[in-house]
Parts: sequence; C-alpha cells; structure tokens
Amino acid sequence: MRTTWTLTMNRMRLALRTPVFIFFSVGMPLALLIGICAFFGRANADVIPRVLASVLALTVMGSFWGLSMQLVTYREMGILRRFRLSPVGAGALLASSILSNYFLTLPTVIIQFLIARWVFHMPATGNLLGVFVMVTLGTVTFASLGLIVASVTNTAQETQMINQALWFVFLFLGGATIPLSAFPAWLKRVALYVPATYLMTGLVRVLVSSESIFHLGPNILSLAGSAAVAFVISQQLFRWDPGSKAPRRAKLWAASTILPFLLLGMWETYHGGLRSLAPSSQRPAATQISPRPGTDPGAAPQ
Amino acid sequence: MAAPIIQVENLTKKYEDVIALRGVSFEVNEGEVFGLLGPNGAGKTSTIEILEGLRSPDGGRAVVCGLDPQRSGRRLKEVIGATLQATALPDKIRVGEALTMFASFYPRRRNLADLLRRFGLEEKRNAFYGQLSGGQKQRLALALALVNEPQVLFLDEPTAGLDPQVRREIYDVIEELKRERKTILLTTHYIEEAERLCDRVAIVDQGLVIAQGTPRELKQRAAGTTRIDVRLARPEPDGALAHLEGVADARELDGAWVLHSSRVPATIVSLVKYLEGAGNELSGLEISAPSLEDVFLELTGRKLRD
Repeated sequence: MRTTWTLTMNRMRLALRTPVFIFFSVGMPLALLIGICAFFGRANADVIPRVLASVLALTVMGSFWGLSMQLVTYREMGILRRFRLSPVGAGALLASSILSNYFLTLPTVIIQFLIARWVFHMPATGNLLGVFVMVTLGTVTFASLGLIVASVTNTAQETQMINQALWFVFLFLGGATIPLSAFPAWLKRVALYVPATYLMTGLVRVLVSSESIFHLGPNILSLAGSAAVAFVISQQLFRWDPGSKAPRRAKLWAASTILPFLLLGMWETYHGGLRSLAPSSQRPAATQISPRPGTDPGAAPQ
Repeated sequence: MAAPIIQVENLTKKYEDVIALRGVSFEVNEGEVFGLLGPNGAGKTSTIEILEGLRSPDGGRAVVCGLDPQRSGRRLKEVIGATLQATALPDKIRVGEALTMFASFYPRRRNLADLLRRFGLEEKRNAFYGQLSGGQKQRLALALALVNEPQVLFLDEPTAGLDPQVRREIYDVIEELKRERKTILLTTHYIEEAERLCDRVAIVDQGLVIAQGTPRELKQRAAGTTRIDVRLARPEPDGALAHLEGVADARELDGAWVLHSSRVPATIVSLVKYLEGAGNELSGLEISAPSLEDVFLELTGRKLRD
C-alpha cells in the first residue's frame, strides 16, 4: 500500500513537470468547455448542464489515452525493467498510474464545474454526489481500459493506432459529441455496447435531471465491473521487458474486458430497450425503440 | 569455509532457436568480486538475469543468498542490488527523488546523503535524470543498486558504452566497494575491467564457462609464454610462422600474426632468418606479457571483441 502511494505521488510529480500533460489534461478540457459554453450557452443557460456533461465525459475518457501511452513508453524505454529489480509488483505500478491519473483529473473536473456554474451561470448543480461517483468511476474505468490497451500492444506506435480507433468510437458513439437521440435506431443499439455510453448517460442523468445514483445501477455496475476486470487482466498480462511481445492469448483476455458492456448491451436490448441511455429529458427518443412505460423512477415531466 | 553466496549449476537457456546457455556452472563466495568475461552473446547477461530473477532457466540450478531466484520474488529482491546493462529512469525525475523512491521500497535502507556523497552526486541531487551525463547516470544506477544495503551486487556490463575516463571513474567506485568486502558479480567484455576488479573470473563463450580462476591463474594458462604481434609486408602461408623456434601457438588476427613464445629471443632470431629467406619484410613487431585476452584467444581461437 505504501509502495503504491509512493509511486502515485512520484507519478503525479512527473506528470506536472510534463508540458504535454498540462496541455492535454488541463488546458484542452478547459478550453473546450469555455469554447462550447461561450458559443451555445450565452443565449440559453439551460444547455450548460448538457454541455458540461459532454465535456466532463471527454475529460474523464481522456484517461485511457494518457495511461496506455505512458505504460508502453515506460516499457519500451526499459524503465519498467529497473522497477522489476526492486520489490515492486505489477499491481502497485498499475494502481499508482490509475490513482495518480484520478487525483490529477479531479482538479480539472472541479474547475470545469465551477466555470460552468459561476462564469456561464449553470442554473443548477445537479446531483453533486452522483457527479462525483460518475467522474470517479469513469476515470478509473477508462484508465483501466488504457492499461488493457498497453497490455496487448508492443510499441508506442501500435498503441497510438489502437487508441485512435477506440477514441473515435468513444467520441462519436457514446453520446458525448453527437446526442444519442440523434442516432438512428440501429446505431442506438450499437451504442449500448460502448463503455462511453454508460459514462455519458450517467453524467447526463446526474447533471441534467439530478437523478439519484440508485437509479444508475446498470451504468455504475458496468463501469465498475469493467474496471475490475481490466485491472486484474492487465496485472496478469503485465510485461516488464522492452523486447517482450504480447502473447496471442493476451488479445483474447483483453477482449473479455468489454464483457460487462456486452452483457449489459444484450440485456438492455432485450429487456429495457435503452432505458439507461435516456436521461429523463430525452425519454421520447429512447422509448421509440422499445417502449417500457412507467418503469423509470427518475422520470421528470417534460 | 561458509557456503558460497551464489551457486550456479549447469544452467541452460534457449530463446526460440538460439541456445544462450549450454550448462553454465560457477560459485561466488561472500566478499569476492567475481567476473563473467566473454564476448557479446556469450550468455553473460542471460546468466546474471536468471540470478536476479528476471528470467527463468530451462534447466540447471541457481541459488542466491540461499534463495531460489525463480521462486523467492520479493525476498530475493530485498537482499540483492543490481544495475542493468542499460538503466533507464523517467527524464523528469530528480536524482534525489529517484534514490528516495527506490529506497522506500525496502525495509532495510542505507543513508541516502551518504550514497549521494560517495557517488559524487551531491551537487546533482536536484538535477533531472535527463540532464545527467552517461557517467553520472551510471553512478546513479550504482547508487540505486545500493539503497537497500544488498548482500550481493549484480553489475551487468557496468562500463559498456562509457568513454575511457568515465570508465576509470566507475572502476574507482567498484574498487571502493571491493575494499568494503561487498560480494559482486559483474559481467564484462573488457579485459582491463576483469583484470583490475575481479578476484576471480569465469571466461564464458557460446553459453559455456570455458575456464575459471583468478586472473593470475588464468594467465598462467598461457603457459609462461609471451605474446609477440608480428606485422609483415606480405602475407605468409598458414602455418609458416608456427614452426619458428620457441613458438607454442601462431594465429592470424586482423592482418597481423599473434605468436605465443616461450623463448622470445630465439623466436625473433628465427623469425628474422625466415623472413630473409622468404624475401619478406617485417613492418611491425610488438612484445607483451600475456593478458586474459591471450587466454581467451588460446581457448577459442577468436578475439574477445570479434
């Protein structure tokens, strides 16, 4: 535990000394929020919570990109090998990267929140505890997904390519950039299998409709389940040596990380029909696919 | 006598279709500096990394401080210190931070201010790793290997890639550790390093220990002979110089002939006579005491750094 904490503090120090980190993890998310709010929010402050949810989702999802690149670079440079000579286990190294990323993301999220509230006059703060839970879970989950990417790729270049593909999916299919309500029905079904969807819909529901976290069961369970699976698998697949190649079985194991979303996606498609996708304010769009009236306790009047 | 602190018996290791170790055996006693000397690819790094617990052998047995390196994990790492062939740390970590961080992983810790002073890194305490010179990085690597007061120190090619002056600096540091009676296993392909630093040396070639002993014992293997390097104006047929008086062994290396002779004056007289008869001329002649290089040459027919 002490080792994990020492490594976490050390990683945070190193990150804060890296201009690229400050640019991508602090500068860009803030600029994004200010830019979008200034553009859309001047006329109507009611859209601010929706915009904030999107920007928070993007900030939180960014974790997977940074963590995968860092782990692969450390491996390629032989830094992990030096740690291997000491009594530090893979678990402590992985946990420290998730924790340091979380502690560094949190201030950005708080500043974004305060800017939305004070500068752009966001009318209400939503369910604050819910926002905290979703941001925490999201950061940990997407960081763990980053570690999974690192455990199946061999070079930084390969990692970059896989990250780009995943980022594209997270960005456009999770509802953070294009609202899910604008999707055709078949694409909504696809979105049910994307981790980003559960983060984004969860954030929208706590921020826009102030829903209680007890109504976000599927979102919370799928994100937490996937984080746990990803962590355990990346610990098993951990490679210390620059030259070591990912074994073939690694890819299969890594794929099992999306199992919670696969199961949930199937369950939602069959049973609930996108219930967890729809914040109360977007209910009609969601229920078009598979109506199940009166089952959402968090439903707010339109 | 106490049991050896490192015991290696018949280690074998294969990487895909390359056989790295074919049955390496040796022992290291407490308080001695033991060197594995051999060319690149001889199996030195594979051996040392098996002992550090970084690789597993295919066969054979290794014991370090009474522990099996493959099974002891954390317990082994707490009692050993090591430098890798290329140590890497994040560029933005400060020297002092790196030492403090690595020290925090161990229950037993050495005074860090002391380590910084000893390795001449006091002034660099706040410098970023990325700003250090090659020699400073290597001194930090050595300091990191000592943070836990290890019982055994493994140094894999501690001076490879460093310029001669920095190399001598590192020799001084290792000699100081030697005076403290630290047990050190080092690998090297530098003759000078093995002769200067090691109490005992195992010469490794193609995955086998082909000779071991003190540098003096090994040099005596060159059987009281002296090395004569001969450069000729024109090439001579194979074997021509082997028949000269007093010559025990003659080989052609890099365009020169290396003769080992037990009677130097007689060899030189007969060499001059032979060249006169053959109408050839001498363009260079060098006489030197045998080194470990000659032992290696004698045993393998190749130079150490082919």
